[in-house]
Amino acid sequence: MQYMHKYASPKFFYTLAGKLTPWMAALTTVLLVAGLYLGLFVAPADYQQGESYRIMFIHVPAAWMSMFIYVCMAGAGAIALVWNVKLFEMFAGNCAPVGASFTFLALVTGSLWGKPMWGAWWAWDARLTSELILFFLYIGYMALEASIDDPRRAARASAILALVGVVNIPVIHFSVEWWNTLHQPASVTKMGTPSIHPSMLAPLLLMSLGFTFYFFTVALMRMRNEILERERHTTWVAQLLGSKS
Amino acid sequence: MNWSEFIHMGGYGFYVWSSYGLALLVLLLNLYLPLRRRKTVRRLLHEFLRLKEQTR
Repeated sequence: MQYMHKYASPKFFYTLAGKLTPWMAALTTVLLVAGLYLGLFVAPADYQQGESYRIMFIHVPAAWMSMFIYVCMAGAGAIALVWNVKLFEMFAGNCAPVGASFTFLALVTGSLWGKPMWGAWWAWDARLTSELILFFLYIGYMALEASIDDPRRAARASAILALVGVVNIPVIHFSVEWWNTLHQPASVTKMGTPSIHPSMLAPLLLMSLGFTFYFFTVALMRMRNEILERERHTTWVAQLLGSKS
Repeated sequence: MNWSEFIHMGGYGFYVWSSYGLALLVLLLNLYLPLRRRKTVRRLLHEFLRLKEQTR
């Protein structure tokens, strides 16, 4: 526990995050460029969906991120609630806007694929509806956090909201199995071998990894800003800014 | 494959490029916001520390 507090000290983390950010950003760029190249130039057209399936290289990673970030947010919120670690509190709070934007991206790209393939922009199908609820959970989280002035109390209240909302994550994941949905079932996370050709799986995984590192990059950037803001009364912040002005 | 075919995307150009364009927009916006915030925070902190120095 004492180690956690050392590494989770805002000053230590500020420096560490500053060193990590450029590497994370570089890795993100490499992964996304490779993913885009394989996805747009190398992967062949789908025999049923033609070229439209290339939307999946955005849609699927964005949808995965929407859930992954939510779990990060709720998990960090829980840790902050139990052990009262400020850093996890800040991480949770900074997950929300990024997660909401990936959820938005997943919903809109799904629509853009649904229109030519299903003939409808939207359907009240279990997968789509639960993903929309996820978007509202993010919005609710941010609204609740913004409505309470004291950042620590705001973080506690919104962490509880995030934890309650976590039940929606398995609902999204299993919705295609539990209900007879218009949305197709999983093809990558299926038990056994994924039912997707390697030339299409590779860009999908590269884009997903790229989005993941992108998320960590911007989360670190956001956390550094918040650390400076919250720690403005400390001497290390005064020294840091004094030395660079 | 030539460029016009590439842009055309077998007739799905609008849907495909709207998706990729929106993705780019989301990624750029999420990058721009913390960069702008960093500027603001640094400016406010300099001000804050200057005032604190004066009132001491």
